[in-house]
Amino acid sequence: MAPLLKVENLRIELSLRGAVAPVIDDLSLELEAGETLSFVGESGCGKSMTALALMGLLPDVGRVAAGSIEFNGEDLTTASDARLREIRGNEISMIFQEPMTSLNPLYTIGEQIAEVLRRHQNLGKTAAHNKAVDLLDAVRIPNPKARVNDYPHQLSGGQRQRVMIAIALACQPKILIADEPTTALDVTVQAQIFDLLRDLGRKTGTAIILITHDMGAVAEMAEKMIVMYAGRKAEEGPVDTVIEHPRHPYTKGLISCVPHLMANLTEDRPELTEVGGIVPGLKEFGRDACLFASRCAMAQDKCRTARPPEMAFDGEQVSACWFAGDV
Amino acid sequence: MSADTEPKPLAEELTEKARSPFSEAFEMFCKNRSAVAGLIMLVIIVLAGLIGPFVYPGDPFDMVWAPFSEPGQEGFLLGTDYLGRDLLSMLIHGARVSIAIGLSAAFLTVFIGITVGALAGFYRGWVEEVLMRITEFFQVLPTLLFSMVIVALFGASLPMITLAIGLVSWPAVARITRAEFMRIRELEYVMAARASGTSNAKLIFSVILPNALPPIIVQAALMVGSAILFEAGLSFLGLTDPNVVSWGQIIGSNREYILDASYTVTVPGLAIFVTVLAISLVGDGLNDALNPKLRQR
Amino acid sequence: MGETLLNVENLSVRFPVKRGGIFGKKGWLYAVDDISFAVPKGETLAIVGESGSGKTTAALAVARLVAAHQGKVEMDDADFLTLEDEALRQARARVQLIFQDPYASLNPRLRAEAIVREPIDSLNTAPQSERQQIVDDLFKAVGLRPEQQRLFPHQFSGGQRQRIGIARALATSPDLIICDEPVSALDVAVQAQILNLLRRLQKDLGLTYLFISHDLGVVQHMCDSIAVMYMGKIVEQADRLSLFNNPLHPYTSALLSAVPSVDRKRRAKMKRILIPGDPPDPINPPPGCRFANRCPVAQKQCEEVQPPLRDVGNGHKVACHLVTEDARSPL
Repeated sequence: MAPLLKVENLRIELSLRGAVAPVIDDLSLELEAGETLSFVGESGCGKSMTALALMGLLPDVGRVAAGSIEFNGEDLTTASDARLREIRGNEISMIFQEPMTSLNPLYTIGEQIAEVLRRHQNLGKTAAHNKAVDLLDAVRIPNPKARVNDYPHQLSGGQRQRVMIAIALACQPKILIADEPTTALDVTVQAQIFDLLRDLGRKTGTAIILITHDMGAVAEMAEKMIVMYAGRKAEEGPVDTVIEHPRHPYTKGLISCVPHLMANLTEDRPELTEVGGIVPGLKEFGRDACLFASRCAMAQDKCRTARPPEMAFDGEQVSACWFAGDV
Repeated sequence: MSADTEPKPLAEELTEKARSPFSEAFEMFCKNRSAVAGLIMLVIIVLAGLIGPFVYPGDPFDMVWAPFSEPGQEGFLLGTDYLGRDLLSMLIHGARVSIAIGLSAAFLTVFIGITVGALAGFYRGWVEEVLMRITEFFQVLPTLLFSMVIVALFGASLPMITLAIGLVSWPAVARITRAEFMRIRELEYVMAARASGTSNAKLIFSVILPNALPPIIVQAALMVGSAILFEAGLSFLGLTDPNVVSWGQIIGSNREYILDASYTVTVPGLAIFVTVLAISLVGDGLNDALNPKLRQR
Repeated sequence: MGETLLNVENLSVRFPVKRGGIFGKKGWLYAVDDISFAVPKGETLAIVGESGSGKTTAALAVARLVAAHQGKVEMDDADFLTLEDEALRQARARVQLIFQDPYASLNPRLRAEAIVREPIDSLNTAPQSERQQIVDDLFKAVGLRPEQQRLFPHQFSGGQRQRIGIARALATSPDLIICDEPVSALDVAVQAQILNLLRRLQKDLGLTYLFISHDLGVVQHMCDSIAVMYMGKIVEQADRLSLFNNPLHPYTSALLSAVPSVDRKRRAKMKRILIPGDPPDPINPPPGCRFANRCPVAQKQCEEVQPPLRDVGNGHKVACHLVTEDARSPL
């Protein structure tokens, strides 16, 4: 069976000030129904741009320069705007980082959920309202019958993010894209949101694409992960394999530069591994070289003059590093 | 793509020239064509006002030719008005007065506005309550009526007109200043300055005010334009010093002949229009240049 | 434990709140409610908690940047909260801060060197002739190059800006540095650089840190002891190993169990403790334990009597009725 989502050799270019930069450079991925895939990387690495491309919401200065995005066998890169609008919010939906600003303060949360249902599923007013109550219940908002008439400002940050999830799930999408859904939330609330997403994914078979910079969240949530760096795929593979044995120095750096809570804490506190420097600017994107070379401790001349190909390892792990075998 | 694929050093290794935020803003301003055009127009007008009277001497109040002679006749480029006075001469002398009133009224506006706004925004509490009530009082006054009363009571001299304009227009500046102060005083660098024992006066004047200036500068620039318009309005109503020629005064004194000799009104009207337009263009350019969100970074 | 540098006793901070428009009743919100803690010289105490717990307010009150309602902040037996004029200036030089947002914490109109130099000038902590040398040394100490002194803040990356902020905090050779979420606004890879720098500086200069954070991974790495705050109160306080390996307060346990981890062993071991609902209204807190309405093991007495912060051995303090005398968690 063909995968639910198949992205092949996708290249997205932004034209800025006369120059063209490939913010997504030759990206391929596959996503099955019910799977959770995570994009990891620092800011400016193209994680969010990938999400926008999947939603057909690229900024005006961006365009798909090459490749395809096949959703259920249909190429979204050539689909009409009307068709994309039909898919958006209905079959692929998205939740954003900032739950404070992504709800309209002038409407009750019930109205905002019902609006989506009426637009995409042609439900009547009462039916939509009742479904909204059900959805609030599904995202575990206590006393949904009363809360459905609340305005966004009456809810806490965690509850607003639940409402966002309810809106995203209203039409039982096949794919839910979550762009840093918990960055603005407290850690106990984050845990609840993660639980919720996981349960909903299991129950409805919705595939989840989780965009994050937190390796811990990836480890908790996802089955597959893609590490992005400067618009390119640095590494891809099953989460446990990659975290256990990263094959790209960038992945390794991302894991070991953060102090994690471990099963048994000891007195021993080694220095954190530093990944010097910062993500290169857009001007650098697209060069025929490993873009991570300037920050990499293992970099050789080869890394600076030729772009490394993707090398496959056991267990579906793929790494774009000349020295992936040595990492 | 070729030129852009040149390796650029990482930001860590960048040795940029130390450019101050203001010099960057200046560069931004210079890239804005309409703003530069406005600035050039403005410079020409100001130069005309400053140098004009020496290049083109003579008292603008002198009757030099028959009244209502069309522009271009007998060497009078812009013609003469109802008393036979040279319109070009009046226009050049009037430029000085109009611009002087515009500048000094804007200065007064900004001075009162910053003082009130800064104190209200910095100290908050009852200081803010009192100052903002006063501001609101001035804001709800019918501006034209209020300034007419001042001028009618204290005489139509230039300083009085300036004062009248200043008194009715400062609330806008005060509100902007207060909003900026309230925003900036909560920023962490102000907190850091407080943590190292910086005095309140220093906090207000050398930490917060410089950072609050950009929107105030823009407002001040636009204020110059509206002050010139305001003065013209007062003059049109005859509330002006009859012994000093300003653009508004030319229009005001010729208004009865607007149908017979329309150029006597049109010419100074155009001068006001062009000046205010130039000031607005410059103000807009300043706004774009000083607004960090628009700056390409 | 070495000698105590900072001793905070019964500190409270309250803000006036109006309810229900102009004619509403005036009330007080106790952002920090009667907390006490001590930081030994050369060590790091972390205050952790979620948003609204009062951790940042507590830190700002210690630095006298928000007014305390009552309590003492003692450094070398002098109460910082009562000092005035010259004594206050000298005390300010000993307490400096590192802020959360590197984009808001530097004055955009000043060059980097002027930013670092500002506290020395304001507090007059070094003779005029030595000031430039101090700035040079600080730039080197935080890993910036001398020629970068002439640049303005917007010409630096987030991590570099935070380095400037650290240099500024060090300028008056303070004893205590309050770090208010110093890395939470930075990209993950840059966080490591700043955390390593902070630890190195602490070792080299013998600094004492009061470390405010919500990130338990970072806290675990940086701190010697930890105070957990919930709604203005300290609910648990212990050294690093006791707190992380044997959390006693149900809230601490819930907090720790919520942190996602890359460690498969930890994930397998950890039982997620769910705390449903939201904290109660801070203006009108319940009479008993403030965590009672979300606590999975709460009993009747928890809702009626406020539990005191008590020592259950080895300096491990907890404010929970249900923790036994031999330091076992009620969960």
